[in-house]
Amino acid sequence: MGRTAIDTASTAGHPEAVASSVAGAGPWRAAVRRLVHDRSAVAGLIVLALIAAVAVAAPLVAPYDPLVQHDIVALKNQAPSLAHPFGTDEFSRDVLTRLMYGGRVSLAVAFLSVLLAATVGTAYGAIAGYLGGAADTVLMRVVDALLAIPRVLLLIAVATLWNGLEITGLVLLLGLTGWFGVSRLVRTLVIGSRDSEFVTAARALGAGDTRILVQHILPHVVSPVLVAATLGVGNVIVIEAGLTFLGMGVQPPHASWGSVFHDGMNAFASSWWVSFFAGAALVVTVLAVNLVADGLREALNARQLPAR
Amino acid sequence: MTLSPLLTVSDLRTYFYTSAGTARAVDGVSFTVGAGETLGIVGESGCGKSVTALSILRLIQQPGRIEPGSRIVFEGQELLQLDDAGIRRVRGNRIAMIFQEPMTALNPVFTVGDQIAEVVRVHASASRRAAWDRAVEMLTVVGIPAPADRAKQYPHQLSGGMRQRVLIAMALVMNPALVIADEPTTALDVTIQAQILELLGDLQRRLGTSIVMITHDLGVIAEVASRVLVMYGGEVVEEARVEALFAEPHHPYTEGLLHAMPRVGRRQERLTVIPGTVPPPTAWPSGCRFRDRCPYAWDRCAREHPPLYQIGAGHTSRCHLAEEPERRIAHRASSAEDGRVPSATAGHAGEDARV
Repeated sequence: MGRTAIDTASTAGHPEAVASSVAGAGPWRAAVRRLVHDRSAVAGLIVLALIAAVAVAAPLVAPYDPLVQHDIVALKNQAPSLAHPFGTDEFSRDVLTRLMYGGRVSLAVAFLSVLLAATVGTAYGAIAGYLGGAADTVLMRVVDALLAIPRVLLLIAVATLWNGLEITGLVLLLGLTGWFGVSRLVRTLVIGSRDSEFVTAARALGAGDTRILVQHILPHVVSPVLVAATLGVGNVIVIEAGLTFLGMGVQPPHASWGSVFHDGMNAFASSWWVSFFAGAALVVTVLAVNLVADGLREALNARQLPAR
Repeated sequence: MTLSPLLTVSDLRTYFYTSAGTARAVDGVSFTVGAGETLGIVGESGCGKSVTALSILRLIQQPGRIEPGSRIVFEGQELLQLDDAGIRRVRGNRIAMIFQEPMTALNPVFTVGDQIAEVVRVHASASRRAAWDRAVEMLTVVGIPAPADRAKQYPHQLSGGMRQRVLIAMALVMNPALVIADEPTTALDVTIQAQILELLGDLQRRLGTSIVMITHDLGVIAEVASRVLVMYGGEVVEEARVEALFAEPHHPYTEGLLHAMPRVGRRQERLTVIPGTVPPPTAWPSGCRFRDRCPYAWDRCAREHPPLYQIGAGHTSRCHLAEEPERRIAHRASSAEDGRVPSATAGHAGEDARV
């Protein structure tokens, strides 16, 4: 596992300490060390970083303008070539450029909505778990009820009613329908640490409820939530693509991976490259996200094992 | 008692309202702790020792409740009447607690220095820097070598004995008047136990702190306490100065505890055990709560709940034998005839009780 004894200097000569000085740094640094030794997680991280970097730098690195229709007659549905590595779509727009810009939307929507979902879910679940009793029961029955509604149906219904959804709206929509699972997870974790002795000890030393919840309990929730959120990013990328594909997500002419995929479907038989590269961007990204999530889970799970 | 009491607990009753019935975990306990004194509270698991300790700091959680009529007066304040902010100012500041299991009582995700400094920051408006310095200073006080480095380490990087020293540092950092130690040495190796007890005794002498030492180990009591409370069934069954308790235990339960203790330098065929277990707190027996396990029990014990009888100066016992001492003598005579382990050795237990 690549652990090294690095702090022998401070413990040398104290018999009580001999057994203890293995892991060295704190739990977070130990987790990072485990993560960088996980090859598939590192591969996933590198792929994600590349995709994110290209998306962020799209205005600088994209060969064309994503909205410009270069020559709607002569240049439409061009197969991949040196000038257009991923070909052009039926409006003669450059697919590579549109995927670069589309990545900005797809990744931003996924990241922001998961951030929102994780925050709401953590707060809600933490409050329910910490309060316990009747408050917990009521709060969690609400979540049960919300979970009983199929998410995609709910999304389609809201997106249909909410004509011409802005990206902000999409983020809110995906975020506010994505926190139920997180709240359940957090509630369980909070209940687990609420009754632990270190919480009683903190209370015995004079800490108040807020301090106990924020300082002592929430740090124990962070890593499982991080894993769940990472998996959530992959999930939301797919949902957003699906919504957009159905015409209820990102509105044309703006590009997202889902909309590029949709654009290519009309002429898939003759010009496969439009949908193919959009689909490839989705698959590669989601795969990378899941590799990272798996790596995180491994790295963080071992966190609290005593290092001796 | 000549010392003016620092803590007076009177008629403390802590009940838990569970689906299995009302558990009267602590049922009418009264005692005092003088300034600078060490009071030992001893008894088996389930006797109400820990609940008594948690009640003093009002750390009882649902479905538990401290019943009205209980009184806990500390430094002239009625703790049960303080509001939340008021009791938080007492916890960790004037009364601190040391827990049994130093691994679980420390938060695994923070360095030990942070955890000590946190107590300072809760109670004093100290800067981060000043609180940290104070934490390092406390690690020195509790005898941790290389304290500045140790402060930056996490609980799992320290040994059990070190962790217990850290908990002691957390308890003492605000220089409280009273420390409640709940089985502070139970989870430790014997050699480390002795070190920790020595440290506590030493700090008490230096800082003048009062200690309530909760334990099931009479060896620990003999080591540190000046006065002992024996608890059984949520009640105090005997209270005495430590020498008197070891020399002349009165309550049959105390007698049983002393017999169940291995003694250095005394060859014993086998240790005597107290038969049976503590009954569940939802169903204490009528009359005397120890009668089912008591070798002397007679019909009066089932009928009449014994009060605390005065046995000697500062020595009380909740046993009807106080009024009918001839029954003990008769019982001993008959059990000696039966060839059973004689109970009369109890009188010599005191001097070699230290383990």
